[in-house]
Amino acid sequence: MEKRVVFGHKLLPYLLLAPQLVITVVFFFLPAGQAMWQSLRLEDAFGLSSEFVGLANFADLFHDDNYLDSFRVTAVFSVLVAGIGLAVSLLLAVMADRVLRGAGLYKTLLIWPYAVAPAVVGVLWLFLFSPSVGILAVALNGMGVPWNPRLDSGQALTLVLIAAIWKQISYNFLFFLAGLQSIPRSLIEAAAIDGASPARRFWTIVFPLLSPTTFFLLVVNVIYAFFDTFAVIDTTTQGGPGRSTAILVYKVYSDGFRGLNLGSSAAQSVVLMVIVIALTVVQFRYIDRKVQY
Amino acid sequence: MVERRPWLDILAHVILLCGVALVAFPIYVTFVASTQTAQEVASAPMSLLPGSHFIENYRQALFAGSGGGSAGAPVGRMMYVSLIMALAISLGKIAISLLSAFAVVYFRFPGRMFFFWMIFVTLMLPVEVRIAPTYKVVSDLGMLNSYAGLTLPLIASATATFLFRQFFLTVPDELVEAARIDGAGPVRFFRDVLLPLSRTSIAALFVIQFIYGWNQYLWPLLITTQEDMYPVVIGIKRMISGGDSVTEWNLTMATAILAMLPPALVVILMQKWFVKGLVDTEK
Repeated sequence: MEKRVVFGHKLLPYLLLAPQLVITVVFFFLPAGQAMWQSLRLEDAFGLSSEFVGLANFADLFHDDNYLDSFRVTAVFSVLVAGIGLAVSLLLAVMADRVLRGAGLYKTLLIWPYAVAPAVVGVLWLFLFSPSVGILAVALNGMGVPWNPRLDSGQALTLVLIAAIWKQISYNFLFFLAGLQSIPRSLIEAAAIDGASPARRFWTIVFPLLSPTTFFLLVVNVIYAFFDTFAVIDTTTQGGPGRSTAILVYKVYSDGFRGLNLGSSAAQSVVLMVIVIALTVVQFRYIDRKVQY
Repeated sequence: MVERRPWLDILAHVILLCGVALVAFPIYVTFVASTQTAQEVASAPMSLLPGSHFIENYRQALFAGSGGGSAGAPVGRMMYVSLIMALAISLGKIAISLLSAFAVVYFRFPGRMFFFWMIFVTLMLPVEVRIAPTYKVVSDLGMLNSYAGLTLPLIASATATFLFRQFFLTVPDELVEAARIDGAGPVRFFRDVLLPLSRTSIAALFVIQFIYGWNQYLWPLLITTQEDMYPVVIGIKRMISGGDSVTEWNLTMATAILAMLPPALVVILMQKWFVKGLVDTEK
């Protein structure tokens, strides 16, 4: 879509674009280029000189068990965050779409965790599950479950998962509710007249018609699990115990800023960029289809 | 609904109430903890009824900071830093995106599509994937521990530019024609016609970007090393870094409540725009 009527001016459009372009070049293209450049080089132990090593950093990465572990953790983590998060929010959205009384109130009460910072979410759940003072941890211990996420990697992952999913429920809920409300009532009424039960109507009409929303949220949730959960992990487990909750982004951070292995950290950044670009392309292909739908 | 099924309605309410409880429970415990003394919180299991130290705890957190551990900075100062950061990011994003969307939609000039794609590509590079090199650029520019360093790298935003571009494309061409016949130039048209028309989009975007700015974590964590430049989200992290025994949970929880209050208020008070902004920016 293009405008028929435009202004004729030689210099003005460039001036208007300048602020955004300057910031984009200085803070996006320069650093991204530098990451790619650095990912091909190896620094000496003192950071004084570096030499060109080609794809050696990448080869090292994919032979590094730590990195492959981190990939595995990230995969498990993002599948669980997206899967559980979407299921819970879909259930809540279907119920909120069904009730007549109090729907607005439920909505308000369910959406505001969106505003809570991921780091704060991490601190809240860390407190609730803190082995000596946390109210949930004490309850678990009382039930005979020895709870200590600082020692048990499965429990650490559970803690991070709960916090990450809790934070994302409100976002998913809003989109599911909007999607549900855009489904034509007449379809559902017709099915009801034909004698389809609510469960059957859901699986044969509502769920398929909702699939664009579901797919969009799936991509968004995976991106969320990949990147935005950094704060949750840094406040709760710091990637530990061992490396059991160190997702890829966390490893870029800890290798680059704690381990000071810049070449490897840059190579990891490049791998992450490729993943994000792939996810974004998937998302945009889908959006093209949504326009027709 | 299409038919009456009372038991299903009751089930729906029960599930929704469970959802609300799930969402509210951590916040409630946090609030309760923030009104008790450190000893009361530490005595496991803590009481689930609010204590009597509400004013005391919040006053200490706001003006004096947590005494134990490494952090002693007052939360009041951190809230101020967060507020500046959130406002600078949200208003800055809106300003530069309005201008660039205006340029892309209302002018024909060489390189137009090239620049458009240049902005578009940034959508794919969240700050998390380019932390180390961006940090180097910012430190080379001498912007560590400054508001400029905190906000500028987060200001460029493809989403906002897209939102405004989409909106400008729906503005009728007749308005431009009328403005031109009346002798208005592009700047005049932008200020007197386009800006007033974009008010709703601006409000929606402001809500989303304010929350985004307020909740930033990784970037401030890297580039702020002085206590007086910590946003409140970072301040909380510093309070718990001492471990269970030194953490004054009551003050930390008071800080957590304070940290979530401004964005939560923005969401609740501007709910209409918030929902619109969320749905629009993700399209």
